[in-house]
Amino acid sequence: MEFFLISLLNGVSYGLLLFMLSAGLTLIFSMMGVLNFAHASFYMLGAYLGYILNGIWGFVPALLLAPIAVGCLGGIFEKYFLRRVHAYGHVPELLITFGLAYVVLEVVQLLWGRSAVAFAPPAWLQKPAFTLIGGPGSSGLQWAWGAVTQAQCQGDVVCSPFPASRAFMMAVALAMVLSLWGLITRTRVGLVIQAALTHPQAVQTLGHNVPRVFMWVFGVGTGLAALAGVIGGSTFVTEPSMAATVGSVTFVVIVIGGLGSLAGAFWASVLIGTVQTWAVAVDLSLMDMLRHLGFSSAYPVSSGAWSNLTLSQAAPILPYLFLVLMLVFRPKGLMGQRED
Amino acid sequence: MSLSFRSAVLMLALSACGWAQAQKGETVKVAWIDPLSGLMAPVGSNQLKSFQFLADKFSQNNPAGVKFEVIGIDNKLSPAESLNALKSAMDQGVRYITQGNGSSVAGALIDAINKHNERNPGKEVIYLNHSAVDPDFTNSKCSYWHFRFDADTSMKMEAMSSFMKDLPEIKKIYLLNQNYSHGHQVAKYAKETIGRKRPDIQFVGEDLHPLAQVRDFAPYIAKIKASGADTVITGNWGSDLALLIKAANEGGFNGKFFTYYTGVTGTPTALGKGGEGRVYQIAYNHYNMGGQMAQWMKEFQTKYKDDFYTGSAIHIFNYLGEAMAKAQSTDPVKVAAAMHGLKLKSFNGEVEMRKLDHQLQQTLFMSVWQKADKKFPYNPENTGMTLVPVKTFEPYISSTPTSCQMKTP
Repeated sequence: MEFFLISLLNGVSYGLLLFMLSAGLTLIFSMMGVLNFAHASFYMLGAYLGYILNGIWGFVPALLLAPIAVGCLGGIFEKYFLRRVHAYGHVPELLITFGLAYVVLEVVQLLWGRSAVAFAPPAWLQKPAFTLIGGPGSSGLQWAWGAVTQAQCQGDVVCSPFPASRAFMMAVALAMVLSLWGLITRTRVGLVIQAALTHPQAVQTLGHNVPRVFMWVFGVGTGLAALAGVIGGSTFVTEPSMAATVGSVTFVVIVIGGLGSLAGAFWASVLIGTVQTWAVAVDLSLMDMLRHLGFSSAYPVSSGAWSNLTLSQAAPILPYLFLVLMLVFRPKGLMGQRED
Repeated sequence: MSLSFRSAVLMLALSACGWAQAQKGETVKVAWIDPLSGLMAPVGSNQLKSFQFLADKFSQNNPAGVKFEVIGIDNKLSPAESLNALKSAMDQGVRYITQGNGSSVAGALIDAINKHNERNPGKEVIYLNHSAVDPDFTNSKCSYWHFRFDADTSMKMEAMSSFMKDLPEIKKIYLLNQNYSHGHQVAKYAKETIGRKRPDIQFVGEDLHPLAQVRDFAPYIAKIKASGADTVITGNWGSDLALLIKAANEGGFNGKFFTYYTGVTGTPTALGKGGEGRVYQIAYNHYNMGGQMAQWMKEFQTKYKDDFYTGSAIHIFNYLGEAMAKAQSTDPVKVAAAMHGLKLKSFNGEVEMRKLDHQLQQTLFMSVWQKADKKFPYNPENTGMTLVPVKTFEPYISSTPTSCQMKTP
């Protein structure tokens, strides 16, 4: 039972981190039609800037200032570079963000070297947030805040601590979801953004500065990626290849959720996070699963590598498998809208 | 004796003296082909610095009087890139290659070097393997041109299982490894050797994860805890071991870890004070060996603010120096013949490069992670902790048979 709960929490926290990343990307896409290839690079910049600011002022100032700094960089990029190629269509916009991704990678390596940097969460996040006490030796499933003493975890009693850094990740992501939702649905700016989504010309004629709205949206999107970077970089590892590892999964999330849909990105990221985490726990191979379903092999099936491949070994490729299936059966994604 | 005969004899004698020291003063270039980017970059850059540091030291003092120069080439942990690196090194006139991070790369290099040496007599290249421990390289894939200076997995497992034989508290073992040849071999030999010496031990789980890709080991730790294992055996190295231990500390796994590479860059910091008395390492060295090794470690730490742990590099330079002096040449064919079966004294005692398979036979140490004190003072990465030897295995204990059918040229 503890295993199930801990795996669920691990999966949801990882999924929420993915959401922080993909929310910005899907927002930018829905607003401007630009698929920002450099989005994961802003994630990496956020992590490195967070590392620098953490060394000077501490973790909480880093958490607040790094996204703002990266958001400003994003806005500047949009105003001076992206806007210039906007007139030429979508492909040049895509290419310029692709080039930016390479440039950012090399700049990061020049400034901070090729190995990982020691960006650790603060002491108050390094303890467990709470501990589940279960197992055959204890009566039912109990839990306690913080850590428990070693004495309580002897023998058949299994203690499963849940790290505070992950709980913090979930908290920040949820706060972000709520504030984004509030911003878009309840404020004037949000109304303008929603209108500019579908009718930019009309909004322009009404007197709103649509290009400036675009710049703000790009800045906010990249700022959100940087926020994810500060948290992801401190919880996991901050190194130059972090953009490449997380970049492809972000695209998978927004395609599965539906391009342009924030709610879709949310559900897709949580789905992918939990499935990938749980898949690691499943040691059944394709053959085992078919056997469970009742297919007895009348024909001798050659025991090649693919038939003995267990789900736990295939866990890293599951998101991409879902991507392919989604594009085949439901191209608009879980909650996307068809382009008219 | 006539004048011409005497002068002829004198000239011959003088030239013989010159010939006897033909290799003296020559520069021997060694190409180091390992990752300098990606998740394993810290390990690679530490080892390159180690090789260059030792090349400096041994250039000043070696029996052959040669100078060593180490050229580092980044292979991005990819077998295909490594073959390009090999070509590039050979184009630069390098005849000695060293590699060790990644048995996948080692396998590709052995194949390529075998083919090259067969097709290009006179331009032979020797492969000095400093850390790739897949037993196949001294069994089914053995080669005359390959020399392994680390103890292979079968040897490390023999030593490890001898140690575990006397620990009755180990009842359930979980095997967690990287999904490539090295990881597969660790799992295979663990089950075989421990199954032989302690048939009562249960293997409650086995997992293979992609090499240098996983950043979040929390799901694996949850799985290990659910299986009820009290011990984990892992051949993981570099970031894979560091992140695994980090996740184990966070996820509250309190069992024992038996590892190969606790001392490698990144893992001491991830371990920190946690894991005291629980994390073990089987290796041919530890941090507190004393003597020349301790001196060099201290110098390395002062110069590079990093820890020196690649002792096999010392074996390599010792062997190159001795073999070149014995063969009186730096030609790889003659040096290989001299190294074949050579016995000498290195930092961990008497070692022998076994003729049968070119596997170095050496002393192994089982060490445990605990607080540094006056007796064992060296602490890696400023952790205040160190690896302390708890058992020493003479070469004959860990020596394993071989199925190598080596073709000597």
